Amino acid sequence: MSQYYTSTDHFVLIPALMLALFGCAVLLFDFLIFPHPKQRKWLIVFLIIGEIFTGAGLWRQQSFLSSYGLNELTAFNGTLTIDGFALFFNWLFVLLSVLVAIVSYRYLEIENEHHGEYYGLILLAQCGMFFMATGTDLITLFLGLELTALSFYVMVGFLRTQKRSNEAAMKYLLLGAFSSGLLVYGFSLFYGLSGSTKIVDVADALAAREPGDPLVVLAMAAVAVGVLFKVSAAPFHMWAPDAYEGAPTTITAFLATGSKAASFAFLMRIFLGPLESARPTWEPLLIGAAVLSLFIGNIAAVTQTNVKRLLAYSSISHAGYILLGLIAGNETGLIGVAVYVAVYAFMTLGAFLVLVALRRRDLIGEDIEDLAGLMESSPGYAVLMLIFMLSLAGIPPTAGFIGKYYILLALIQTGHYTLAVIAAVFVAVAIYYYFRIVRAMFVSERKETAPLASTFGIKVALAVSGVLTLGIGIYPDPFLRMAGFSLIR
Amino acid sequence: MSEHLLSIVLFTPLAGMFVLLLLPSSNRKLIRVWANIAAFAGFLVSLPLVFRFDRSAEGFQMVEKAPWIPALGAHYYLGIDGISLLLVMLTTVTGFIAILSSWSAIDRYEKQYYAMFLLQQTGMIGVFLSLDFLLFYVFWEIVLVPMYFIIGVWGGPRKLYAAIKFFLYTLAGSVLMLLGILTLYFQHHAQYGVYTFEIDALMQTAMPLHLERWVFWAFFIGFAIKVPMFPFHTWLPDAHTEAPTAGSVILAAVLLKMGTYGFLRFSLPLLPKAAIDPWIVHVMVGLSIVAIIYGALVCLMQDDWKKLVAYSSVSHLGFCTLGIFSLTPNGLAGSVIQQINHGISTGMLFLIVGVVYERRHTRLIREYGGLAHVMPNYAFVFAFAMLSSAGLPLLNGFIGEFTILQGAFEANRVWAAFAVTGIILGASYLLWLYQRTMLGRINNPKNLKLPDLNLREWAVFAPLLVWALWIGVYPKPYFEILEKPVAQLVERVRPGYFEAQAAKAPLEAAQAMESRMEAGIR
Repeated sequence: MSQYYTSTDHFVLIPALMLALFGCAVLLFDFLIFPHPKQRKWLIVFLIIGEIFTGAGLWRQQSFLSSYGLNELTAFNGTLTIDGFALFFNWLFVLLSVLVAIVSYRYLEIENEHHGEYYGLILLAQCGMFFMATGTDLITLFLGLELTALSFYVMVGFLRTQKRSNEAAMKYLLLGAFSSGLLVYGFSLFYGLSGSTKIVDVADALAAREPGDPLVVLAMAAVAVGVLFKVSAAPFHMWAPDAYEGAPTTITAFLATGSKAASFAFLMRIFLGPLESARPTWEPLLIGAAVLSLFIGNIAAVTQTNVKRLLAYSSISHAGYILLGLIAGNETGLIGVAVYVAVYAFMTLGAFLVLVALRRRDLIGEDIEDLAGLMESSPGYAVLMLIFMLSLAGIPPTAGFIGKYYILLALIQTGHYTLAVIAAVFVAVAIYYYFRIVRAMFVSERKETAPLASTFGIKVALAVSGVLTLGIGIYPDPFLRMAGFSLIR
Repeated sequence: MSEHLLSIVLFTPLAGMFVLLLLPSSNRKLIRVWANIAAFAGFLVSLPLVFRFDRSAEGFQMVEKAPWIPALGAHYYLGIDGISLLLVMLTTVTGFIAILSSWSAIDRYEKQYYAMFLLQQTGMIGVFLSLDFLLFYVFWEIVLVPMYFIIGVWGGPRKLYAAIKFFLYTLAGSVLMLLGILTLYFQHHAQYGVYTFEIDALMQTAMPLHLERWVFWAFFIGFAIKVPMFPFHTWLPDAHTEAPTAGSVILAAVLLKMGTYGFLRFSLPLLPKAAIDPWIVHVMVGLSIVAIIYGALVCLMQDDWKKLVAYSSVSHLGFCTLGIFSLTPNGLAGSVIQQINHGISTGMLFLIVGVVYERRHTRLIREYGGLAHVMPNYAFVFAFAMLSSAGLPLLNGFIGEFTILQGAFEANRVWAAFAVTGIILGASYLLWLYQRTMLGRINNPKNLKLPDLNLREWAVFAPLLVWALWIGVYPKPYFEILEKPVAQLVERVRPGYFEAQAAKAPLEAAQAMESRMEAGIR
C-alpha cells in the first residue's frame, strides 16, 4: 500500500466512492442501456443497488468501530473522520435518498421531465452530503458543500419549461453562490490564523487567541452567515420559500430534509470544532438568528396559501429550534440537535410526499384548498398528513414532540429560561397554521374528484415516514440510543 | 389479567376504536351499535376498580410499572387513589352516556366521530391514571386532538373558530406547563442524580421557594386554562356552544376536570411550599371567587341556552378550585365531590339542551317557553338536573358545595361569605332559565308538537339521575374513598395539620376553663 492511499483511507471512503461511481454510472446508463423513456424507472432500481453498496460500506465501518471499541476512525491525514456523528447522518442520507427516489417516477412523468440525470444528481448530492458530515478539514467540508449545492441548483431548476422552477433555481444559485463566497472567505481567515485547514489545528489556533479577537470575530461572522444561509435560518432565509415552491416537489422534499440535515451536520462540525472556543462570541449571534427564525418562520407561515411555501416557512422555524439545541450546547442539546434533525427530516419528507401524490395531470395540488376534503377521497393520506402535521407542531405522541422535548430540556438544563419560554410559545403559534391544513383536509368540502397519483413507491415511502414519525413518538428508546451513540466523543 | 386491570381499563376504548375502524363506513347502524358496545365495555371493565379498591390503604393502588423511555427516565407507570378512582369512573360513565346520546344527533361521518370519541376516552383515562409526569403529559395532549375534531367537524356554525381557539389556548398552556415539568425534573436530577418523571420520586425534590413559585405558575397556566379559571375561560363558552351535545358533555364532565385534577395531583403535592405561600393562595382563591361570581352574573344575561350552561361551568369550577386552595380536608374532599357532581349535573344540562336542539335546531331561550305542557317527562328531568346543579339538599350539588364552603369557612370566613353569593346567583339563573323555557304558556306554535323523551333518551338520563340522587342522599362512600388521599394531601402541604387540629380541641377547652377561673378569682 502506498502511504498516500492507505487501506484505512479506502475503508473510510468507500461509501462516497460508491455514491460517486453509481452517480456517474447512472448518467451513462441513461443513454447506453435504458435509452427508452419507459425504461427509466429501472434507474431507480440501479440507484437502490448503489445505496445498498453505500449502506454496506457504512455498515462495515460501524461494525468496525464497535467491534474495536473505537470512537472514530480518521483517514487521509485527518481530513475525513468516521465517527458516530458521521454514521448517524449518513444513514439518514441513505434513507432519505432512497425514499425521494422511489416517489419521483410518476411525479416526473406527470411533469414531462423524466430524465435519467435526476437519479444521478440525487446520488451526487448525497456524495457531497457524505463529505459534509464526515469531513474534518475545511477544504473537504467546502467541497462537499459545493457538490451538494451544485447538484441541487440543477435539480431545483429541473422543470425546464416552468418559469417558477427556473426562477427558483436562479435565486437559489445566486444567493447560494454569494453565501458560499462568504463562507470560503471565513475559511481563508481561518487558514490565515492557523496555517492549516484541518479543523483540529484551526480549533487549537483559535483557542490560543484572546477572546474577542477581531480577526476571529470577522472569520466567525463570515462563516456563520454562510452556514446560516445553508440551513435557511433567518435573516438569511429569503431564498427558501421561493426555492421550495419552484422546485419539483420531490426535490423540495430532498432539499428540505437531506440538504438541511447535511447543512446542520456541517454547521456542527464547524461550530463545535474550530469555533467552540469562540462560543461567547457566536452565541448571541446564533440566539438572534434562532429567535428571528422562530419569529419569521412561524408568523409568515400563518398567511401562506401554498402548502410548499407554508412548509418552507415552517422549515425556517424548525431551523430556529435546532439552533436552540446548539446554543444550549450541552450533551442533551447536541443529542437534541441530532434527534431533531432526523425527526424533522422524517416528518417533513412525509408532508411533501403527500403533496407529491396530490400532483395530478391537470392539478398542481399545492394550495391548501387542493387538500380540501382529502379525508373523504383518500382517508389514508389524510390521516398520514394529520400525523405529520401533529408531529411538525410537536404534539405527542409523535416524533416531533420528542425533538421539541429535547430542545426544551436542553434549554432548561442550561438555564436559558427565556429562550425556553419563547420556543414554547411558538409551538402554540405553529399549531394554527399546521391546522389550517388539517382543517382543509377534514372539515372543508371536497372539491377535486380526480384520484391521487399514488404509486407503489409513494405508498412505501409514506408508510416508512409515517411509521417512523409515529413510532419514534410512541416508543423512542431505540432511536434515542442511536442518536446518543452519534455524539460519543 | 388482574394485575393489568388499569391497562385494560385504559386501552379498552382504544381497542374498540381499532375494531371500529375496520368496520365498513357504509353500515351506519353497525358502527353505532359497535361504538356503544365498546363504550359500555369500557364502563364494565372499569367496574372492578370500585370493588377492588381498598379504601383504607394509603398511597396508590393496582400499580403497574414498566420502562418506557429509559433514556429519559420515563415509565409506563399507572396507579389510582381515591381521587383518580372517582374521576375514572366519571369518565367511563359519562363517556358511555355521551356516545349513547349521539345516536341520532350525528348524521355524517359516524365512523370518524365514534373513533374520535373512543380515542378521547383512552386519553382522558390515561390522564387520570398516569403516575409518570411525561406519560401524563402525553395523554394530556392526546386529548386535544379528538376534541378539536369533534368540535371542528360536527360542531355548530362557528365550529372552526371555536375548535382552533380551544386547541391554541390549551396547547399554549400545556407547553408552558412542560417547561415547569422539565425544571422539576432537573432539580430532581441535581439532588439525586437520577432522571425520572415518577411523581412519587419527584415529590422528594426539595426546591427553594422562589423556584417552586415559578414552577407553580408554569403548572398554573396549563391547569388553569384547562379548568378554566378566570381570566383564561374565554375559550370555554365558544367551545361548549359550538360542540355537538356529546362533545359538550364530555368537555364539561371530564375534560375540565383534568385541570382541577392537575392541581390536586401535581401542583399541591409536588410544590407544597408554593401551595401554601400566602400570596399564591390569595391569588388562587381570589380568581376562584371572581370565577364563581362573574360566571354566575354572565349566566344571568345569556340568551343562548347552551352558552348559559357553559358559563355556569365557570362558576361551578370556581367552587372546585376554591375548595382545593382552602387547603383543608373538607375543602379538598368537597372539591373532588363537586367535580363529580358538576360532571353529572352539567352533563345532564347539556344533554337537556341537546334534546330540544335535536327537535327544534335552535338554542335561543326566547324560542321556548311552556315546554312542560308538551314534554312533561322532559320537564321533570330538567327540574331534577337544575335543582341538582343549584345545590338543593338531598341532591348531589348540595353535598359538594356545602363541604367546600365548610372547608373555605375553616380557612377564612370572608372567602366563604363571597362564595355563598355564588350559590344564590346560581339558583337564580337556573330557576329563571327553567321558568323561561318550561313554565308559562306556549307562545311559540313550533313548540306545540314536540315529542317527549323517548326510551333511548331515558336510558341516557336515568344513570345520571340515579347517581345524582345517590350522592345527595348517601355520600358516605365517596367521603370514605376520598379520606385517605385527601388526608395525605393535607399532610403533605401542611405538615402536622391533623395533630394540630387534634391538639387544638382540648387546648381551647383548657383555655376557656383558665379564663373562667381567672374571672372567678377576680
